[in-house]
Amino acid sequence: MILVVVEHDRGTMSPASWEALAAARKLGETHALTIGAAADGLVDQIGAFGATTVHQVHDDLLGDYGPEAWGEVVAQSVTVLNPTMVLATGTDRGNEVMAHAAARLDLPMVANVVEFGDGDLVRVRWGGSLLERCTVEAPTHLVTIAHHAFAAEESPVQAAATPLTVQLDPVLGRTVVRDRVERAAGVTLATAPVVVSGGRGVGSAEGFAPLQELATALAGVVGCSRAVTNLGWRNHTDQVGQTGTRIAPDIYIACGISGAIQHWVGAMASKKILAINTDPEANMVTKADYAVIGDLHHVVPAITAEIRRRRG
Amino acid sequence: MRILVCVKRVPAPGARINIAPDGQAVDTAFLGFTMSPHEECAVEEAVQLVEKHGGAATVLTLGPAEADEQLRYAASLGVANAVLLPITGRDWDPQRTATAIAAAITYREAADGPFDLILFGNESADSGGFQVGVRVAHALGRPIVNGIKGIDVQGDMLVARREADVGVEVYEVPMPAVLGVKEGINLPRYPTLKGRLASKKVAVANVAPEAEPGGQQMITLLPAAEQVSATVILGTGPDAAAAVVDMLEEIGVLK
Ligand SMILES: Cc1cc2nc3c(=O)[nH]c(=O)nc-3n(C[C@H](O)[C@H](O)[C@H](O)COP(=O)(O)OP(=O)(O)OC[C@H]3O[C@@H](n4cnc5c(N)ncnc54)[C@H](O)[C@@H]3O)c2cc1C
Ligand SMILES: Nc1ncnc2c1ncn2[C@@H]1O[C@H](COP(=O)(O)O)[C@@H](O)[C@H]1O
Repeated sequence: MILVVVEHDRGTMSPASWEALAAARKLGETHALTIGAAADGLVDQIGAFGATTVHQVHDDLLGDYGPEAWGEVVAQSVTVLNPTMVLATGTDRGNEVMAHAAARLDLPMVANVVEFGDGDLVRVRWGGSLLERCTVEAPTHLVTIAHHAFAAEESPVQAAATPLTVQLDPVLGRTVVRDRVERAAGVTLATAPVVVSGGRGVGSAEGFAPLQELATALAGVVGCSRAVTNLGWRNHTDQVGQTGTRIAPDIYIACGISGAIQHWVGAMASKKILAINTDPEANMVTKADYAVIGDLHHVVPAITAEIRRRRG
Repeated sequence: MRILVCVKRVPAPGARINIAPDGQAVDTAFLGFTMSPHEECAVEEAVQLVEKHGGAATVLTLGPAEADEQLRYAASLGVANAVLLPITGRDWDPQRTATAIAAAITYREAADGPFDLILFGNESADSGGFQVGVRVAHALGRPIVNGIKGIDVQGDMLVARREADVGVEVYEVPMPAVLGVKEGINLPRYPTLKGRLASKKVAVANVAPEAEPGGQQMITLLPAAEQVSATVILGTGPDAAAAVVDMLEEIGVLK
């Protein structure tokens, strides 16, 4: 049996969990684990992705997310249910919970798997710039799957809910979320349909104003490279890449960005990429779908002006 | 405050990552070395916390003898002490790495007293296993939260903030504690000349690590599938604007 740890936030299931359930279903009989009473209403949604049994865990410590408490729940579930594999989402929470479970069980954990082979696994390294084929020697394989590596295909069954009892040491409450500051709704870098990014070639913080104008004209947002955040021109929340945000817009417009591999992995899921660069040999240019060779300080305002002209 | 930061030496690739012919490592023939940006920020955070609250910071790495370079880089920014757990040959797996680091911390704390705070990067730049910090914290019986982008000290508690899809989560973790830090928590400083000179004099403690291999074994590195698209050059300079807007209309971005 494969046990899928369902990632949810106060009862809202993450799309990454749909992928985990769908991936597990292809590998064998799938059960799901939901942590906290807030997730009790997810049984039908879980069944839609083919899990037959949902193990529901309740405890006073599980009112909100807490990495230690959640990890301990997963560890005890493994001991009780004895699955051949535990699958979780390759997200901040999924990787964190699985690491806590692995530490408690003293078992290996394979993070961000993209392929299940015959006796081996392929996982992501360097944020996706490189892959690794590896083997695991363990009675239960603890695996997280890379986000977007598996399709969230439905295969509906009638899932049955069953309670699972755990014993949680109250000390684990020390890492439960104490408070949260909700974000104002709106387009974020991760979800924007258009991202206009600037790199070192922009030259200054003020140089981003024309990029902001173009982004606004296209109902998009501004992004940047790490060179820019390191120079203090933009906040790190705007950074695209391995240690920034992964984006997947309809179009990514990269201005004055060379296209280092760590930047590229954050942008490569974009449907189309337009590079604006003075250097026709820049990696961003040679990898892009479209390119304009030239000084971004002249090209970007010209594009904005042309958009305004056509719209009248 | 007594603070420990754990960093990992990794190659710094540019436009692409090439795999060595034996498939076991990145071809580093023409590459410099660095640490993950998350870890650079962890170092900066340690230095800032010491500047604010007093105490001293220590940096630790498990890696080849050449990782001395990363330890001294941290020292050049204001970290006072450095520990190298030297290994030869292939990288150690995450379980083995964590066991060795936890043992080294226990050994050092027995001599010098406990660290109030141990900082890790959220994930290493190369392996990205998302686990060494968690395993070390668990071995030491200390709390850990990952993904931290803000730390405030309040008495013997740490108020730590992390960004989630829904907003910012706030944690209150009792010290001694462990935190996994993400880039963006601060803006790392650059080393000064004075700092660089001072770092040359820092004595690096060498502690031979000992730990059994864990259950995960790498067989080979593989290149990631590369998108090959012939780039359509839409033009040169501002004259290309019309062709760009045509394209934006064509792909449906501009309605
Ligand atoms: C572990 C690790 C993680 C990293 N994570 C990230 C990450 O998340 N995101 C990230 O971005 N980087 C990341 N980096 C850094 C990355 O390696 C590069 O250093 C960085 O992306 C370079 O930024 P850049 O392209 O803006 O600058 P540069 O490489 O300096 O490129 C500037 C470009 O601008 C062009 N240009 C100059 N002037 C003009 C002009 N007037 N008009 C048009 N074009 C012009 C130049 O031709 C050049 O191509 C990471 C590095 C490491 C080691
Ligand atoms: N060899 C190492 N030496 C010191 N610290 C390490 C080492 N490997 C990993 N770490 C630390 O553990 C964090 C998580 O690593 P990982 O589990 O590989 O993603 C890194 O950001 C480092 O802070």
